Amino acid sequence: MVKVKSYKLSFIALILLLIVFFFVNISLGSVSIPIKEILNSLLGASTNESWQYIIQDYRLPKAITAILVGSGLGISGLLMQTLFKNPLAGPFVLGITSGASLGVAVVIMGSSLFGGVLASFLISEWSIVIAASLGSFLVLLSVLIVSSKVRDTMAILIIGLMFGSITSAVVSVLSYFSSAEELQQYIFWGFGSLGDLQWKELKVFSIIYIIGILFSILSIKGLNTLLLGENYAKSLGLNIKQSRLIIIFATSLLAGTITAFAGPIAFIGLAVPHLTRQIFNTSNHKILLPAVFLFGAILMLICDSIAQLPNTDYTLPINAITSLIGAPVVVWLLVRKRKMVF
Amino acid sequence: MSEQNQNIVLETKELTIGYSSKKEESIIASNINFDLHKGELIGLVGANGIGKSTLLRTLTKVQPALNGEVLIHSKPIESYNAIDLAKELSLVLTEVVAAKNLTVFELVALGRQPYTNWVGTLSNNDITIINIALTQTNLTDLKHKKCFELSDGQLQKVMIARALAQDTALIILDEPTTHLDMYHKAYVLKLLQKLAKETNKTILFSSHEIDLAIQLCDKMIVMSNDNIVSDTPKNLIKQGAFNDLFPKDLIVFDENTGAFRVKK
Repeated sequence: MVKVKSYKLSFIALILLLIVFFFVNISLGSVSIPIKEILNSLLGASTNESWQYIIQDYRLPKAITAILVGSGLGISGLLMQTLFKNPLAGPFVLGITSGASLGVAVVIMGSSLFGGVLASFLISEWSIVIAASLGSFLVLLSVLIVSSKVRDTMAILIIGLMFGSITSAVVSVLSYFSSAEELQQYIFWGFGSLGDLQWKELKVFSIIYIIGILFSILSIKGLNTLLLGENYAKSLGLNIKQSRLIIIFATSLLAGTITAFAGPIAFIGLAVPHLTRQIFNTSNHKILLPAVFLFGAILMLICDSIAQLPNTDYTLPINAITSLIGAPVVVWLLVRKRKMVF
Repeated sequence: MSEQNQNIVLETKELTIGYSSKKEESIIASNINFDLHKGELIGLVGANGIGKSTLLRTLTKVQPALNGEVLIHSKPIESYNAIDLAKELSLVLTEVVAAKNLTVFELVALGRQPYTNWVGTLSNNDITIINIALTQTNLTDLKHKKCFELSDGQLQKVMIARALAQDTALIILDEPTTHLDMYHKAYVLKLLQKLAKETNKTILFSSHEIDLAIQLCDKMIVMSNDNIVSDTPKNLIKQGAFNDLFPKDLIVFDENTGAFRVKK
């Protein structure tokens, strides 16, 4: 266990960075608030009521959302890359996010189709979460079934893309039948946003997020065994079906809820595990999982701080920022290390 | 008699192997009877497509037997659950490990998985066993190297060390010498012979290196079209078991040298 010790310093550095960027994120926004007042507002001792409101009910939940989204997407990306033995796997690429989008689209735009009692049930925040998780779970399951038939890893990625197309097709059909308001609601959701969550929704989000994280922690040993390939894993007594199911559960809960609450956010899930491996040069998930957690949270806080365009009245869609940062990172990794080891 | 029984690690009784689908059974070989003892090195040889892999898959519970039994320590293989079987039987497969970013130590450590807790923490005992496995395979110097830095021969040694770390009575290797040059073929098989003696484990491997196997194995299992025989290499040569291994139009077995030669 010599290795674990040598990573201690990196972990401490990452935790410090996380705290720093958490405060940076909170202190930046369209309204400029002095640092001292920010600390006071956090403690609930600010004299300026509107500042206190901005900090406590807008910026703080937003920063927490950023942490949950970044870490959750990063971890589900890591889980997918190991499960599919494919360095290019991630919740977005495999169509899991699309599956979640489909679930959300059905809830937002389909509610008028169902009508009546069902509609009022469908509108609650739980229903969007359940629909999104269910959507991502179904897509993930289909990808997994197909991948057991198709050995070619590139084919799996293309299948993920196809699921994405199917989703957008179904969404177009749905949008044809739905009202302008619903359509607008869905489109705004599709831009991705971290700032729309109230404390009440954040509570629902955190509960499912924590369940997802617990499932991921449970799968650490299985993930490490799967590094050897399925046949070796079987010979080591691993219950492949069960571990696979736990991994899929974890991923669809994480990716599903995140997509439900923050919209489809691209590239974080794919890029974060690779960026993490640049520092933590290991395949051991006992180290990678917490490292990806910290890295994802930090990256998302940075992306959100940029998206805020501090001291202006404008806010960029978070999805644009993550793509602008994430896509070049993936290309750079592919070019620099033609064979991405994982 | 009973003492001899205790020495038997794996035995097959009237075993029939093959594939069964809903419509029909396709039998690949039947009436297979052999027993493998403690500390023996056993080579499994036969022509391509004769069913060596199917036999190994049946012996390792990857696929079910059509008929008859496979017994490990006198207990039917079906009665073992996955974890218990993993403590009796370890494998070295032909497939390449995808995750080559693991260090040699980490990869060998994965052999301890059946014994570790839910998150895979290595105890001091585990670490001792891993280090012994590394020493036995002469890998101690490469301990902290990444697997993608290794040659094929070194990688094969790492996989053998991983099987040793799994601490099982029986190790089964599927063609451990493919992709290796002549020197490393001999090296790997010689290493297996040494390990069988030193650790008293039963080591079964399939191979196309018949001449090397004849020189190094305690016992061989020869699969041909008509039957499957198992005995010491010497007796097998006497019986002429190798003569019918391949079609005779190209190569013939020379009983004096224990090797095949091309017909002139």
